Amino acid sequence: MHFADGEIPLDYLGYVRRKGLWLVGGLILLALTGVYSISVGAVAIPPIEVLQTLLGQGVSDKWDAIVWNVRLPQTLTAVVAGAGLSVAGVAMQSILRNPLASPFTLGISNAGAFGAALAIVIFSAGTMQSSVADAVTVTNPYLVTGSAFVSCLAATAVILLISHVRGASPEVMVLAGVALSSLFTAGTMFLQYFSNDAQLAAVVFWTFGDVGRATWAQLALMAVIVGVSTAFFIANRWDYNAIDAGDETAKGLGVSVERVRLVGMVVAALVTAVIVSFLGVIGFVGLACPHMVRRLIGDDQRYLIPGSCLMGGILLLASDTVARLIIAPYVLPVAVLTSFMGAPVFLYLILRGYRR
Amino acid sequence: MILSVEELRFLYRNREILNEIAFTIDQGEIVAILGPNGVGKTTLLRCLNRILHPERGSILLDGEDLRDLSTMEIARRVGYVPQRVETGRLTAFDAVLLGRRPHIGWDTTETDLRIVDAAFRRLSMEHLRMSYIDEMSGGELQKIAIARALVQEPKILLLDEPTSNLDMLNQVNILSTIAHIVQEHGIAAVMTMHDLNHAIRYADRFIFLKDGTVHTHGGHEVVTAEVIEEVYGIPVTIGELAGVRCVVPGEPVPAPGGA
Repeated sequence: MHFADGEIPLDYLGYVRRKGLWLVGGLILLALTGVYSISVGAVAIPPIEVLQTLLGQGVSDKWDAIVWNVRLPQTLTAVVAGAGLSVAGVAMQSILRNPLASPFTLGISNAGAFGAALAIVIFSAGTMQSSVADAVTVTNPYLVTGSAFVSCLAATAVILLISHVRGASPEVMVLAGVALSSLFTAGTMFLQYFSNDAQLAAVVFWTFGDVGRATWAQLALMAVIVGVSTAFFIANRWDYNAIDAGDETAKGLGVSVERVRLVGMVVAALVTAVIVSFLGVIGFVGLACPHMVRRLIGDDQRYLIPGSCLMGGILLLASDTVARLIIAPYVLPVAVLTSFMGAPVFLYLILRGYRR
Repeated sequence: MILSVEELRFLYRNREILNEIAFTIDQGEIVAILGPNGVGKTTLLRCLNRILHPERGSILLDGEDLRDLSTMEIARRVGYVPQRVETGRLTAFDAVLLGRRPHIGWDTTETDLRIVDAAFRRLSMEHLRMSYIDEMSGGELQKIAIARALVQEPKILLLDEPTSNLDMLNQVNILSTIAHIVQEHGIAAVMTMHDLNHAIRYADRFIFLKDGTVHTHGGHEVVTAEVIEEVYGIPVTIGELAGVRCVVPGEPVPAPGGA
């Protein structure tokens, strides 16, 4: 059959253009937040001079050092991690057909925390040193990060295996994630029970996600993985839209639902595992940012996926900026602030409902 | 002949659901799949676009074996309207545009937008196209699902109980719309149905399933009180009212041994 008498729908094109404008607005907001975030801190640098420093027209060596060595990596880490957690969250919500799904639904945060605790307590990846200046120091961050990452991958592998045996249905994945979360939490508690004060402090400290931890090299690795995963999710946007319309509809549209689910889950797990291993656990962003965007521009994955990336970057960056300022000169880990910052906005958006 | 099914057998977890299914469908025909609950009507429908994979038997669509086609190739030929459709914060236009998925490369083209626009006109629901589907009624949603299957530009349309959740007006609306589209575009439609009166009024051919196989298959002449009683286990009277043939169920026959 063929429909030949259609016209270009102008009202629809206008609607699509407005959605595009939301994304452009988000990008501008992210850039402004970024400049502000770099300019404030123990030493205030005027925003204009931040831009000049970033553009290589060095104003002073001291500011060059502050911007390039301290603030820019932290700012970019917040943007990359926020975007990564948020895009993983939006993908998981679609894949698992569950609005409560997040990057941590499969138990990855608990797995990461267990891996880190294992390295700290059993492999003594550092005798922890308590000092006034820096409460706790992990003396072998590579072993801790590596152990956390391996643990995250193990959790993912178990869920893959279960999905392979029982079929990749959302129920199976969510329930397996719940079981694994409990298992890893119990493991961490076990380790904590037998650790000394310093180790216990280090384990707890590690779980407070902090974007100030990453080096340029780690930031680069995270950026590549977040970038590639985001591109992957965007390339699959039609398939996620189809799955959102129901599995049967999606299959009728030629989408291999099980395969899309499994591959999407692995990609989301990978991006989450990398972020958690380097930075610790940062909650709320992955769950809430996609819903914030849904309430602004709707459920269409073509706009929801890039929109969630921007929102994640903005929220985590804003939270980190506040975390650095709120009790200056002390710096809070950003994980403490994400919910404080995000929950009121989220509640407001829930109360207001969808934008019309 | 647009579709031919031969020797189809389907197993679910090693239990036989369907066996020895064979029938053919011509262009311009509406075929009703009838039978009691759990007999495998939906299963049969889903075998016809390989959402489910039969254990044995061939399904030829325009002479091509479905097994030789990719899932996307099948979706370009067969449209499917499931019983349950999920909603979300999407405009009706976007929801129908999703039906172009099997044809879309990286992004939608002007052609895709024109086809979706035409589908809204064809179903007389231009006024709904910028409405959000999570605010729609059951009847409107069902039309959206049908429009979505139509923009796949299929040769054959599969519908799983298309009127099960609709009021009387919407039932007649949907079925007569399907009948018109089938006639006008020379496609075929296969639908599972519970309402024998609707089946008689809108379908050209009837497939009665019983015990996992085809009990009776044919045109209006096979819809007799005897066949219906054998298939459904309830005596019926077939009469004519206002020029329309209709089926009136009698009292159920008590099961042997009382109860």
